[in-house]
Amino acid sequence: MNPSHAKLAEAFNADEKRTDWHDQTLWFVRQKRDKAAHVLPEWEKLRQWASDIKDHTLSNLDVYLAEFEQKATANGVQVHWALDAADHNAIIHKIIRDQGLTRIVKSKSMLTEECHLNDYLQQSGIEVIDTDLGERIVQFRKEPPSHIVLPAIHLKKQDVSETFQEHLGTEAGNYDPQYLTQAARIHLREKFIQSELAITGVNFAVAETGGFVVCTNEGNADMGVHSAKIHIGCMGIEKIIPKAEHLGVFTRLLARSATGQPITTYTSHFHRPRPGQEMHIVIVDNGRTRQLGREDFRNSLKCIRCAACFNTCPVYRRSGGHSYHTAVAGPIGSILNPNLDMKANADLPFASTLCGSCTNVCPVKINIHEQLWKWRQVIAEEGLVAPSKKYSMKMMAFVLARPSLYRIAGSAGRWVMRNLSFLVKVKSLNPWYKQREMPDAPKESFRDWYKKNKEV
Amino acid sequence: MKVGLFIPCYIDQFYPKVAIATFQLLGKLGCEIIFPQGQTCCGQPMANSGFASLSGGCDKNFIANFSGVDYIVAPSGSCVLHIKEHLNDGKSPAEAEFIRTHIYELTEFLTDVMKLEKLSARFPYKVGLHNSCHGQRGLHLSSMSELVAPAFSKPAALLNMVSGLQLCLPERPDECCGFGGTFCVFEEAVSVKMGVDRIKEHESNDVDVITGGDVSCLMHLEGIMKRKGSKTRVMHIAEILNSEL
Ligand code: SF4
Repeated sequence: MNPSHAKLAEAFNADEKRTDWHDQTLWFVRQKRDKAAHVLPEWEKLRQWASDIKDHTLSNLDVYLAEFEQKATANGVQVHWALDAADHNAIIHKIIRDQGLTRIVKSKSMLTEECHLNDYLQQSGIEVIDTDLGERIVQFRKEPPSHIVLPAIHLKKQDVSETFQEHLGTEAGNYDPQYLTQAARIHLREKFIQSELAITGVNFAVAETGGFVVCTNEGNADMGVHSAKIHIGCMGIEKIIPKAEHLGVFTRLLARSATGQPITTYTSHFHRPRPGQEMHIVIVDNGRTRQLGREDFRNSLKCIRCAACFNTCPVYRRSGGHSYHTAVAGPIGSILNPNLDMKANADLPFASTLCGSCTNVCPVKINIHEQLWKWRQVIAEEGLVAPSKKYSMKMMAFVLARPSLYRIAGSAGRWVMRNLSFLVKVKSLNPWYKQREMPDAPKESFRDWYKKNKEV
Repeated sequence: MKVGLFIPCYIDQFYPKVAIATFQLLGKLGCEIIFPQGQTCCGQPMANSGFASLSGGCDKNFIANFSGVDYIVAPSGSCVLHIKEHLNDGKSPAEAEFIRTHIYELTEFLTDVMKLEKLSARFPYKVGLHNSCHGQRGLHLSSMSELVAPAFSKPAALLNMVSGLQLCLPERPDECCGFGGTFCVFEEAVSVKMGVDRIKEHESNDVDVITGGDVSCLMHLEGIMKRKGSKTRVMHIAEILNSEL
């Protein structure tokens, strides 16, 4: 069992300076997003279009996926279907094994993280090099990404310098980002040149054309794909959109929401293998159809993984991605992960104040905070909350439904707080009191006052 | 105009002065106020913790107390939002529906129903406004920094009617304070850190008072400030709008 989000977040907060820095860095990204959004008067309209297109697509997923398969196959692409993570990994493993390959590069794909592809291949003696700079850094450190767009955002340049010193032999104590990036570039170039097989994610797959789009800022998807003789694109079933003309809506929203850029530096379109190359697409379900069947949660599948909800989330910013103990952290992760494993992720829908900022930034209008609320109901129903919490809730509900009992409990409670305050001032038993004073307990409730004063 | 005054349980018990200010303010503005004696809680603490299934008793009690008024007004955005979104009772669906659509948070009531344009209040201090998330994003009491839409703020408009008051907004105008119901105890570390950060922004503006429309946020901020020995106070917006020369 994972430690809970609350425990991991508490550990993260032990270093307040780092927490502040994490918060400020991501808030800066959120502000860039605001600036980029506010210069487009049609922003809210774009969000509505994107949401409508996704709604329509999710309702006709079977049709568009079949169309995509047919077009892609006609383009000379080999299409594979994976029911779950194990399937996905096995399909990729088979392609690698059949060709007897060993030099593999990958360009950021959260789906392969979700499926734990790296671990799986490593156990079979195959190494995959992540080529996104941030991903490579966390890969060196044997950590998962802590953010879906900025995977190493939890690390400072000092941490990166130490990591590179250990793995790339850079100078100790040299924190110059230019110097460090250069070292990574040289290292990665080598890997690109040697690569025989490139795995990429898929941001959007177009049913009409059978092609797909990968968005990166470093060009690493292109570098990998262009030098390898095999390209495998991995996509979740929800990445499909009906027509090429819909793409513009999403690419305009994606980069602005993610980093405040008008568009990603590289928006690469792939349609067919070039002569002599092989191209595969693995289309993965891994619980997505189950989520599609959960009416309250289906529209979480509209997500385009821009991470705007991470950057705006005041809890994420102060707890770090690893506290969510899953591949996709943040608010969206908290509504996707209970679908993958409800018991292991029962804590995540509670790792939110339900402030609603995530819902407001989401470019495809996912009602994230409402879904968090709904997951809480499902999780309580399934008996996945601590029994002590359940009993205190039951007790509270009992008292609050009975006005006279409520009045007695209220004045008794206030009396205890005034006269036996040591009882509530035990930090280990009362988390409120650990870093906060209790409110004063007045002698008179409003009701008491009202009875005496209403006529005056 | 018959106004049912809803005083949420924790305000009744711990912050009676907020309730008194709300009562007096509405009275001054000419409302006929009814305070139903059997009221307790809106049921939100259970519902937000995953136990909406247990809030039936609260719903029934709420409907029994608040049927038959023209409006229901409460000095708490989050309780109002809960009622608006979740109040339900199979036995009296029409009453529940009426209540859901006629309940108002105080500042929203003053602005939208009373259409208040001036106030006789005076409060010669520097005041920081904390927008509560449920009030702002849930009830749309003010514009939200995430959306591309015209700017407005009902609580700020009211505060600007108070003579002598100098209003200051924090740098992040609508970031959550970290209270979040049971979040404040189950995620204690993050909750407190969020509160600390909120206070820091207000204090860097040198405010005398932090105000807002939700006592829950203010209680959380107050708890942290008292522990730190801060001189800044919290006051509910009703107390400021009700203050006299
Ligand atoms: S849920 Fe919305 S805001 Fe969050 S990553 Fe997905 S698309 Fe972006």
